[in-house]
Amino acid sequence: MPRSARLRQLQGWLFALPALLFVAVFVLVPLGQPIAMSLTDIKLLGGSKFIGFDNYFRIWSDLGFWRALRFTAEYTLILTPILMGLGFALALLTVENTPLKRLTRTIVFLPVVIGLSSSSLLWFWLLDEQVGLFNKLLVDLHVIREPIVWFVTPNLAFSAVVISITWKVVGFGVVLFVSGIQAINPDILEAAVMDGASYWSRVRLILLPLTRRVILLTTPVSAIGSMLAFDQFYIMTSGGPRGQTFTAVYWIYQNSFVLFKLGYGAALSIVLTLIILVFSTLQISLTARSEPQ
Amino acid sequence: MSAVALTTETVAISAPRGRRFAPAVYLTAAACVAVIVIMSGPLIPSFLASIKAPDDASASPPDYLPQALSFANYEKVIGFQAGLATYVENSLLVALMTIAACIALAAPAGFGLARFSMRGKEIAFLVLLAPIMIPYQAILTPLYLDFAKVGLVNTHFGLAIVHTVLQLPFSIYLMRNSFEAIPREIEEAAMIDGCSAWRRLTFVFLPLAVPGLVTVALFAFITSWNEFLAALIFMSRETSFTVPILLVSVRIGHHGAVDWGALQASVVISIIPCLAIYLALQRYYMSGLLSGAVK
Repeated sequence: MPRSARLRQLQGWLFALPALLFVAVFVLVPLGQPIAMSLTDIKLLGGSKFIGFDNYFRIWSDLGFWRALRFTAEYTLILTPILMGLGFALALLTVENTPLKRLTRTIVFLPVVIGLSSSSLLWFWLLDEQVGLFNKLLVDLHVIREPIVWFVTPNLAFSAVVISITWKVVGFGVVLFVSGIQAINPDILEAAVMDGASYWSRVRLILLPLTRRVILLTTPVSAIGSMLAFDQFYIMTSGGPRGQTFTAVYWIYQNSFVLFKLGYGAALSIVLTLIILVFSTLQISLTARSEPQ
Repeated sequence: MSAVALTTETVAISAPRGRRFAPAVYLTAAACVAVIVIMSGPLIPSFLASIKAPDDASASPPDYLPQALSFANYEKVIGFQAGLATYVENSLLVALMTIAACIALAAPAGFGLARFSMRGKEIAFLVLLAPIMIPYQAILTPLYLDFAKVGLVNTHFGLAIVHTVLQLPFSIYLMRNSFEAIPREIEEAAMIDGCSAWRRLTFVFLPLAVPGLVTVALFAFITSWNEFLAALIFMSRETSFTVPILLVSVRIGHHGAVDWGALQASVVISIIPCLAIYLALQRYYMSGLLSGAVK
C-alpha cells in the first residue's frame, strides 16, 4: 500500500475512534456483563453467589415471562402492519407538495416529536371513563351509549395502547415513505399515465415495488421498537388488568428493579436479546434476498 | 437525493391536472382535513384542560371548554416536590450534554466512514449501529451497577451517557449519509489548497452538513428530553428527577386519586419545547432527515 493511502486509512480510523471507544465501553462491555451476572443470584442490595444456569432453568418455568413474551409478539404482529399500512396510505395521500398536503404531513409528524410518556399520559386521560373527552365525544355523537371503561379488560387496554401508539408514531413511516415515493423518477409515472394505467395499478405496479427498499428497512426497525415496548404499558396499563398486559421488557424491569432480582433479570434480558437478534437477522436476510440483483 | 426531489413541485402520482377527475381532488382535500383534525385533535383538549380550574378539570362528565381561565394547575406543577424549575433544569442539562456528545462523536465518525477508504470500514459501521439491534434495557442493569461504583448514578452526566448510547447509532448513520452526499470536487479542491483532514472536516464539511447536524441535535434533544426508563432507574433522588418522571409522579393527587388538571398542565409543559423546536427548525429537520435516511 502506498504511504499516502496508509495515512488516509489511519486518518479515517482516527476520526471513527472516539465513537468506537464509546460504543465499546458503554455498550459492548455492559452487554457482556449480564452473561456473568445471569449465572449468579445477585440482588440490588447485598451479595451474590454463583448458581450456574439456575436462572435459565427458572425462565423455562416462569409462566409470567412466556405470557409477557407472547403478549409482546401479539402486540408487534398487530401493530406493525397497522403502522406500515396506515403510514403508506397517508404517504400516498400527502405525497404531492401542495400547501394542504405539506401541512397534513407536518401535523402527522407532530406526535413523533413529543415524548412517549407524554403521549401515553395524554391518551390515558382522553380514554378515561370518567373525565376523558374521547368517551364524551363518542357518547355525544351517539356512537356509544355508555363510556367505555378501557383499562379493565386486557383486550380493551391493548386496543387503547395500540390507538395511542399509532397516533404517536405513524408519522415517522409517513415521512420515510413520502421521501421514497418522491425519489421515484417522475418519467416512469408519466409514462404509466400515458399508457392509461389506473391509479391503483400505478400504486401496485410502480409505487410499491419501487419503494420496497424503504418499506423493508422501516418494517424491522418498527417491529423491534414494538418488541421493546415498555413506557406505554407502564404508564397506561401498569401491566394490568391482573398482569395480562406485561410486555417482555416490563417483566424484566419488574424482576430487576421492583423485585431487585438483578441476576434473574439479567438472564431474562439475555434471552430477550437473543430472541431479537434471531428475529432481526432473519428480517435482514429476508430483506437482502428480496433485494433486486 | 431525496432532499432535491422534495423541492420539485410536481410529482406525477396523480394524473395531470387537466385530466383529473374533479371529485377526487375534493375527496383527497377532505381526507387531508380529516387527518389533520384526528392527528391534532388529542393535543388541543390537553391544553384546554390544563387551563381549567382543578375541580373543573376533574369534573365527570367533562366539559370540552374551560368554565373559566385558571392557572392553578400550572401553579401546582411549578411547586411540585422539588419544583418544576429543578426538573426542567435537569432535563435541559442532560439534553444539552447528549446533543454535545452525539455531535462530538457522530460528526468525526460519520466523516471518517464517509470520506476515507478503510479496510473493515463496514464492520466498524455495523459495530457503531449495534446499539439499535440490542434491547438497551439489557445493558441498563450493568450500566447502573458500574455507574453506582463510580458515583455516576443521580448525575446529569451519567444519564447523558445513557441517552447518547440510545441516540448515537442514528446520529452516525445520518452524519455518514450527509457527508457522503457532498460532492467529491469540493473535497478535492480543499485538498489541493493543502487543507488537513481536520480542517476539511471543520471548515468544509461541517458547514455543508448543517441540515444533518441540526437533525442530529434535534433528535438527540427529543430523545433525551422524553426518555423515561433510564431516567426512572438512574435518577432516584427527588432533586435529580427529569421532566418525564415529574409527569408520572404528578398524576398521583390526594388520596391516590388522579389530579387530572395538574397532569395535563405537566403534559403541556413537556410537549411545548419539542413542538416549538420542531416547527421552528422544520426545514432543516426534514431535509436533514430525508437526505440522511433514504439513500
